Amino acid sequence: MPEVKNRQAVTGAQAVANAMRQINPDVVAAYPITPQTPVVEYFAQYVADGLADTEMIPVESEHSAMSAVVGAAAAGARAMTATAANGLALMHEIVYIAASSRLPIVMPVANRALSGPINIHCDHSDAMAERDSGWIQLWAENAQEAYDFTIMAIRLAEHEDIRLPVMVNFDGFIISHGVEVVDFLDDEVVKKFVGEPKVKYPLLDVDNPVTHGPLDLYDYYFEHKRQQIEAMKHVYKVFNKVAEEFAKISGRKYNILDAYKVEDAEYVMIALGSTAGTIKYTVDLLREEGHKVGVIKPQIFRPFPKTELQGLLNGRKAVIVLDRSASFGAEAPLYEAVKSSLYELAVKPQLGSYVYGLGGRDIKIEHIRKAFEDAFAGNLIADEERYLGLRE
Amino acid sequence: MAELKGWKEIPIGGVIDKPATAKEYQTGTWRVIRPVHQPENCIHCMMCWLYCPDQAIVIEVVDGKPKMKGYNYYYCKGCGLCANVCPKTNDKLPEEKRAIVMKPETEFQD
Ligand code: SF4
Ligand code: SF4
Repeated sequence: MPEVKNRQAVTGAQAVANAMRQINPDVVAAYPITPQTPVVEYFAQYVADGLADTEMIPVESEHSAMSAVVGAAAAGARAMTATAANGLALMHEIVYIAASSRLPIVMPVANRALSGPINIHCDHSDAMAERDSGWIQLWAENAQEAYDFTIMAIRLAEHEDIRLPVMVNFDGFIISHGVEVVDFLDDEVVKKFVGEPKVKYPLLDVDNPVTHGPLDLYDYYFEHKRQQIEAMKHVYKVFNKVAEEFAKISGRKYNILDAYKVEDAEYVMIALGSTAGTIKYTVDLLREEGHKVGVIKPQIFRPFPKTELQGLLNGRKAVIVLDRSASFGAEAPLYEAVKSSLYELAVKPQLGSYVYGLGGRDIKIEHIRKAFEDAFAGNLIADEERYLGLRE
Repeated sequence: MAELKGWKEIPIGGVIDKPATAKEYQTGTWRVIRPVHQPENCIHCMMCWLYCPDQAIVIEVVDGKPKMKGYNYYYCKGCGLCANVCPKTNDKLPEEKRAIVMKPETEFQD
């Protein structure tokens, strides 16, 4: 394992901003929105201090931020932005255009509840609203992962078999504002890892003129969507390759599914983001009491790791899915995806859906324990959505 | 229209990877009315050429001066703009005096 040269206690926002400084993208266009604000503030400071030679565009809205990075990426620049919640929602139109135009933009998202009523705290409704936009979604558990994934995302996005934008999700406030110890890589190491941007069809190549964003009617639109579907299929292969290379420079090896104490587990909980850490802790407590429990944290939500989950969940007694967002009138997004993955399993586990933490509501060990205890008692109903930490 | 390609053959992201491909887009297949040039009434003012959105007016330069030579019907989509801007074409003139006459496309089908 490489020697740790740069261990610091920082907020997740600073960790992400530092990753952006080390990536040193050609263009960053951003608008500050809670809880992403410190990311942009730190980064703007780095640029002002000459620590990054990025063209920083302070725009008047997130719609413009995403539009500017789309333009920059089409021109051939390595372009980034960062956002959260209503900012992401305001980008929505251009979020689709970025993916459809196959522009490898990387965007950290400090996940936050969508209004209304107005709320600035963590939940996953912002990213879930973009789940079908064609972006790859990485999900970090802590500041370290937010830092690492931001760097890895560049390689993933720009890979020639993919060419898709990547959202690096990290829980608002919990990760963005919480202080943790983060191991940073040396600037030179990151620079070498991300390499020069791999540009395809740059608008600024005047010798080879191209058109971006033309009209694409019923004659070709479908074919272009099929290409996007295909690109998503390559993500896992490339992620594993990038993760392997990243392990060489960092000593930290990431898998598509972060499986904790799952090997012999009869009861498996699945969750995205920072709550997986609390679940791991709860799993430790329950293991001490003799319960065979484990937790799976998908590191990628889009594309959804269906095959990988099937491999891990076949034959388990019960699977409990925790969602930090709701889908009104339907099943919660992570649960729905897990449930549909398990349809073809030979030995289907019992399934339970739990929604928690909306608008920043605390998730406690007791809540997680309660969901596990429902499973131990055989009291899970696949078609019933339950709530953790909600007042009845 | 040219043969349509499959999803594996086309550039990603809807990118058009070479210039001037609009030439291959034959807007003339849209046409339901056809402008017909009557050269005997034309004063070669080039108003039609200037306004045609599809560059469907054929011109030829004779002694340094442009001459209206009729239409490239592959591109003329029959919008009628040329007839509208032509100083030698209007409703008050009898058809035989107009420089441009708009005729139903059906008259030209074999
Ligand atoms: S009808 Fe319209 S498209 Fe056709 S030549 Fe006239 S202006 Fe051009
Ligand atoms: S606008 Fe009319 S008169 Fe002028 S060149 Fe065209 S057809 Fe001839």
